[in-house]
Amino acid sequence: MCLGIPGRITELRDDRGMPMGTVDFGGVRREVCLSYVADEVKLGDYVVVHVGFAISKVDEDEALKTFEALKAMSQLDELEWIGEIADKSLEGIQGSGA
Amino acid sequence: MKYLEEYRDPVLARALIQRIIGTAKRRWTLMEVCGGQTHTIVRQGLDELLENAVEMIHGPGCPVCVTPLEQIDKALLLAARPDVIFTSFGDMLRVPGSQCDLQQIRSRGGQVRVVYSPLDALELAIKNPDKQVVFFAVGFETTAPANAMAVHRARELGVPNFSVLVSHVTVPPAMVAILDSPGNRVQGFLAAGHVCTIMGWSEYDPIAAKFRVPIVVTGFEPLDILEGIWMAVKQLEEGRHEVENQYVRAVKRTGTVPARELVEKVFELVDRKWRGIGQIPMSGLGLRPEYADFDAERRFALEDIHVDESPDCHAGQVLQGIMKPHQCPAFGITCTPERPLGAPMVSSEGACAAYHNFGRLRHTPAGAA
Amino acid sequence: MTDSIGSGGLVCPVPMLETDRVQLGHGSGGKLAARLLKERFLPHFDNPILGQLGDAAVLTIGGAELAMSTDTFVVSPLEFPGGNIGSLAVHGTLNDLAMMGARPAFLSAGFVLEEGLPFDLLDRIIRSMAEAARAAGVPLVTGDTKVVERGKADRLFINTTGIGALIPGFRPSPERAAAGDVILASGPIGRHGMTIMSVREGLGLETELESDAATLFPLVELLRLAVGEVVHVLRDPTRGGVASALNEIAAASGIGFRLDETRLPVPPTVRSACEMLGLDPLYVANEGIFLAILPAGAADAALAAVRAHPLGAGATIIGHAVEVHPGMVTMKTFLGGTRVVDMLPGDQLPRIC
Repeated sequence: MCLGIPGRITELRDDRGMPMGTVDFGGVRREVCLSYVADEVKLGDYVVVHVGFAISKVDEDEALKTFEALKAMSQLDELEWIGEIADKSLEGIQGSGA
Repeated sequence: MKYLEEYRDPVLARALIQRIIGTAKRRWTLMEVCGGQTHTIVRQGLDELLENAVEMIHGPGCPVCVTPLEQIDKALLLAARPDVIFTSFGDMLRVPGSQCDLQQIRSRGGQVRVVYSPLDALELAIKNPDKQVVFFAVGFETTAPANAMAVHRARELGVPNFSVLVSHVTVPPAMVAILDSPGNRVQGFLAAGHVCTIMGWSEYDPIAAKFRVPIVVTGFEPLDILEGIWMAVKQLEEGRHEVENQYVRAVKRTGTVPARELVEKVFELVDRKWRGIGQIPMSGLGLRPEYADFDAERRFALEDIHVDESPDCHAGQVLQGIMKPHQCPAFGITCTPERPLGAPMVSSEGACAAYHNFGRLRHTPAGAA
Repeated sequence: MTDSIGSGGLVCPVPMLETDRVQLGHGSGGKLAARLLKERFLPHFDNPILGQLGDAAVLTIGGAELAMSTDTFVVSPLEFPGGNIGSLAVHGTLNDLAMMGARPAFLSAGFVLEEGLPFDLLDRIIRSMAEAARAAGVPLVTGDTKVVERGKADRLFINTTGIGALIPGFRPSPERAAAGDVILASGPIGRHGMTIMSVREGLGLETELESDAATLFPLVELLRLAVGEVVHVLRDPTRGGVASALNEIAAASGIGFRLDETRLPVPPTVRSACEMLGLDPLYVANEGIFLAILPAGAADAALAAVRAHPLGAGATIIGHAVEVHPGMVTMKTFLGGTRVVDMLPGDQLPRIC
């Protein structure tokens, strides 16, 4: 289950023994309970928040890697597509059969 | 929004779609078990864009939709009491019980409040010591840590007027039930990303091995889902059946350990009835005896009820992926978001509502001319 | 099944689908609200003027063509970033007149005050109303005040009624939407509704969001002077948002609409707040923008005119009329797929999935 949104920790505090923080979600801020990630996070880190709780820290390195891989793949596809078009044109010119 | 909107890039999405179509040598059938993923798939028309390569069956991924009628009815009973402030996540308000829903109880004078976090319900209890505050603790494993913390804090801070009505469900037993059922067509799964954020993915290894199905832990944005589908299709084409992780930016193999530890401290596995599916053993979470005094069912001496579901509602078949929403004879006719027969039409995460709100144009309802 | 459940005198003996009483959803501008109007009110007040169901009524009195509109404001909280119930009450009614193609002329206001309402709060609200009316050049000419016991009103309810003069040759009306039209949004969407959501108790969101509540007549004037009577429809998408407004217009005109998700002007903070609560900006209330539906050929002139005013700086074309699915609103998603943009039965609810 689902609605978990990534946000950036902008403040840290303690609420009666429970680690809390302010998390900024693209301009909207909310109190978030950081109990479950308290050992891993510091100011400026990104966390995934579900119903007011940080459920994990966003692994920014992994996020970047995924993105780079997707971009590389899409660029490769573009070249392949161009290649396919070129092949088809060639077939047309050469008049090759099925 | 960082780490969210980048995963909606249309150029990368189209590249992934091409990849999937190029990789699939035959049509594969996959299931996602997560309302948020269903929402994205239907809202963006991903299943339409992938039509030939992949069939997506929408599994019982909406904990709101699978909350059994009995628990809704108990919620209505509690909400109707003048000494109770009944608190709940917003999407539970319009889920129909056997007679009415929380919204209607509110119309009749019941104190029903929407909260964003279970901790808000606890604060309400602290601020209103003369009332009983009950929180409707529904959800998958993603929400269990939040609900566990609310109960744990209630004990820690000494809040006697707080209690929870529990209706938690866990995903792996549902997947097994679907794989075990005769006529199952599901060949691979997208596992719910945020459930795995908490739990890790070790529970899925035995399932992948026993049933020989690939299971890919997947996020919620279009690029996540497309990448997850691609990874599953690749496995199927290569004859592999492993657990893989697409949602690497939020999921580790171990999950979030402190969250699991508190959940294990406060809750235990119990048998749970899933609306539209039936009883699935050890598929739910209930409060441990040590926390039983926070159990609203005990505090208010709620009896066990048994309720029969409406015969016109085919939610069960939709939730199990046997029937698509638009194939249901009631879809769009006697069952609409305005007058829902069952939960998947009420909750905007439910497959039926998603189809009705987003997909009505493509899918002609079964009963229509 | 008629067994009653519940205790403390509250029972629920009705079958699931029908209700025998008013629900909150009846007030939210969606399907339930439309049904309430159609099934309970219209049968008794049946006349051709009311039957138009426009934002305002078109009246002829002794040869003068007038428009009249009324609206009641029950917003909570009473004060919010960007305004309060008072300024909202002025802008809302004046905008209803402007959407009919009328020049607002006079305003009345009725107040229901709850016993115990602090004077300093009341003063702030009255001052805002006066300021809004003065800026619009519309005097408050008559009014009424009632006080009810503590608990009988949510601190303050305001009704405003406005009268304006119809401008000859300018008669926007929902049925006039036609094939070949485009949809112009005069500014960013979702600001008012998300501002209210964010300050509502229980959600705890902190933002710099402000309501967009504003009187739109000056902007409408610029549009009218630029393109005149080809403006087929004007509508301010208040409760129920852009989606509900377009669905109503689609139903009235028999035309379909197709939005372009990549062209929707959603400010980043609105988008973030919607993401957090699982809400769709298309259904969020606006109080300071209008939708203008006009022929594609007039679009450039219309945009230029509207953008010249500070209120219209963010104006953009968000979609167009289509004939393929009459009466229905769809949207081309940014991936190139299609989704239906339906009327919601009632309020959007924050979700957890």
